[in-house]
Amino acid sequence: MSTQHEIVTVIRPISKWEVLNFRQILAFRDLLMALGKRDIKLRYRQTALGVLWVVFQPIITAGIFSVVFGQIAGLKAPPGVPYFLFALAGTLGWNIFSNTLNKASTSLVQNSALVSKVYFPKVIVPISAVFSSLVDFAVAFVLFVIMVPVFGLHFTWQFLLFPVWILVILLGSVGLGLYTSALMVTYRDVQYIVPVFLNLLMYISPIAYSWSSVPAKLQPLMSINPLSGIFEGFRWSLLGQGTISASSVAYSVVVCVVMFVVGALMFGKVERRFADVI
Amino acid sequence: MSSSDIAVSARGVSKSYNIVHNERATTLGESIVSKLKNPLKRVQKETFWALKDINFDIPKGDVVGIVGRNGAGKSTLLKVLSRITAPTTGEIVVRGRVGSLLEVGTGFHPELTGRENIYLNGAILGMKSFEIERRFDEIVDFSGVEQFLDTPVKRYSSGMYVRLAFSVAAHLDPEVMIVDEVLAVGDSDFQRKCMGKMQDVAKGGKTILFVSHNMHSVKTLCKSALMLQRGQMKGFGPVDEIVDQYVNMMENDTIDLSDHEGRKGTGLLRITGAKPIQQIFESADSKEFEIQIEKFSDRARDFSLNFAIRAENVGTITYFETAWNNQMLPAQDTQTVKVSIPKLWLRPGKYQVYLYLKSGDDLIDAVEPSCQFEVSSVLPYAGTNIIPQTIYGPVLSEFTVTQI
Repeated sequence: MSTQHEIVTVIRPISKWEVLNFRQILAFRDLLMALGKRDIKLRYRQTALGVLWVVFQPIITAGIFSVVFGQIAGLKAPPGVPYFLFALAGTLGWNIFSNTLNKASTSLVQNSALVSKVYFPKVIVPISAVFSSLVDFAVAFVLFVIMVPVFGLHFTWQFLLFPVWILVILLGSVGLGLYTSALMVTYRDVQYIVPVFLNLLMYISPIAYSWSSVPAKLQPLMSINPLSGIFEGFRWSLLGQGTISASSVAYSVVVCVVMFVVGALMFGKVERRFADVI
Repeated sequence: MSSSDIAVSARGVSKSYNIVHNERATTLGESIVSKLKNPLKRVQKETFWALKDINFDIPKGDVVGIVGRNGAGKSTLLKVLSRITAPTTGEIVVRGRVGSLLEVGTGFHPELTGRENIYLNGAILGMKSFEIERRFDEIVDFSGVEQFLDTPVKRYSSGMYVRLAFSVAAHLDPEVMIVDEVLAVGDSDFQRKCMGKMQDVAKGGKTILFVSHNMHSVKTLCKSALMLQRGQMKGFGPVDEIVDQYVNMMENDTIDLSDHEGRKGTGLLRITGAKPIQQIFESADSKEFEIQIEKFSDRARDFSLNFAIRAENVGTITYFETAWNNQMLPAQDTQTVKVSIPKLWLRPGKYQVYLYLKSGDDLIDAVEPSCQFEVSSVLPYAGTNIIPQTIYGPVLSEFTVTQI
């Protein structure tokens, strides 16, 4: 049997044109699942309140946003939408992005024993970060779905589009995650840059406030942020209220796809050096 | 032999590392600052060849021992063969699924239970989940930890931990198996079980590459062997031949003492040779050394031979002077003396011998170090083969405990 389907591996020096090996990634898909499961189990096992934290965190964030932005700053949510629910929808989308990027960027360094002692396509490690941020999202999302009728809103057709928005958010965050995780193998200070960057990004993105409450003269500046469109779109999809600009969504989607492709190319180029550097 | 009968074929394989002298930037800041300060300065690099021009063909079903002293490149070779690190030059062709076991329990997570770790570790080693499923009972059986399967492994004893980790790896079932010195762990019973398992795997027609310092296990397990020295291949052939070559090399591994220019001391006498009577002692063996001393001046008087054994990271383990026994050696033209230390149980490891000749307060000669020797990992105790941690002290003791 083995002679018929014999696997022949040719090991060569690192060339200038290293790319990710998709056949290998596919062959190790069970490892992807295993690492994902590990992260989820550990996350829910080591904390006393487990799943409750995952629910509390976005609620507290959305609560603070609705007090600070809705009450104190007096910003407006789209008509008919309570500010709290509006901020919660934004936070859910943001959390997918920031949790994925945070976990992906530190993943290689945290699993350095694996990287230097076992062979497998290393790209699996940062990608496995997606699992736990999606589970966190799912838990909080259930709560959101319960809250929509409680706050007197209805689900609209846009709601069904939410997986598409999540996909685009993941493309962007995984792309950046691949890039930063590879960079962190050589430069450990990336781990301090990423949270600062995320903090900044959150405030310049329409998470706590809506695009329409940005003063007109600031809007061109704000529209440089390629993630604005996608977070606006995600919230529009969940709430079915407000409007989105097709051009800014298109810009977001293109940038996210490009970030993913660039991240994957760059990761593939340096992947085989990790064990020597980490 | 046609190429399809070859399991592993290496052609011109080299691996170099850059050793960066002076400061090496590990943060972006450092890297940017040093670039700004000296935009044209090249970082001083020295290339170290961990492997150099390795060529071999290993036929399918062969069990090959890889021998060589520490730093000879054995582990680097295994890492290159298992694709963890890339070669700098050359090409390797491997036919068949590769399983490598460079460290027992990589990826085990202390918070997860034994059961969860079996699945996780299996996946890390490249097993499909259905394969792990199918072999799960076998793995648990072999490890002998079934009672604790649902206990987090952080509560395991180190023995249980190692047994479980090895069991997963032993059931990997690849066509080409690459094993670093992982059998040097666990108690002797389990070690025997592991060796048995390896022999079963070997009999099943698998190709095995196996690194060990233990020549006994190499000879038991392997048909052929490959010797590395300073990254180069010094021999590849039948196991007995290569092991002999290795033992010979270790025995001839002496520091040249004939050149005594610039050595400390008055130089009336010089130590011109020093070697342990065997290169590798077992811990409980009497440590014996032969030392040649030559007279270079008629003014030389009777002298004391002072002897120290040192270990890196520890410092001096023991020191004595023949004068302490009222023994002064006569100054002869040439003489060979034998030093025996019957009761010193050293930990497994490498040791250096420092020698001094003294007459009264005058230092005549000093060689630091004069020769080195190894203490093998075979422990003098019946009940364990786990090398005690260094915090338990630099020496082992002979002891008896009796009820009175």
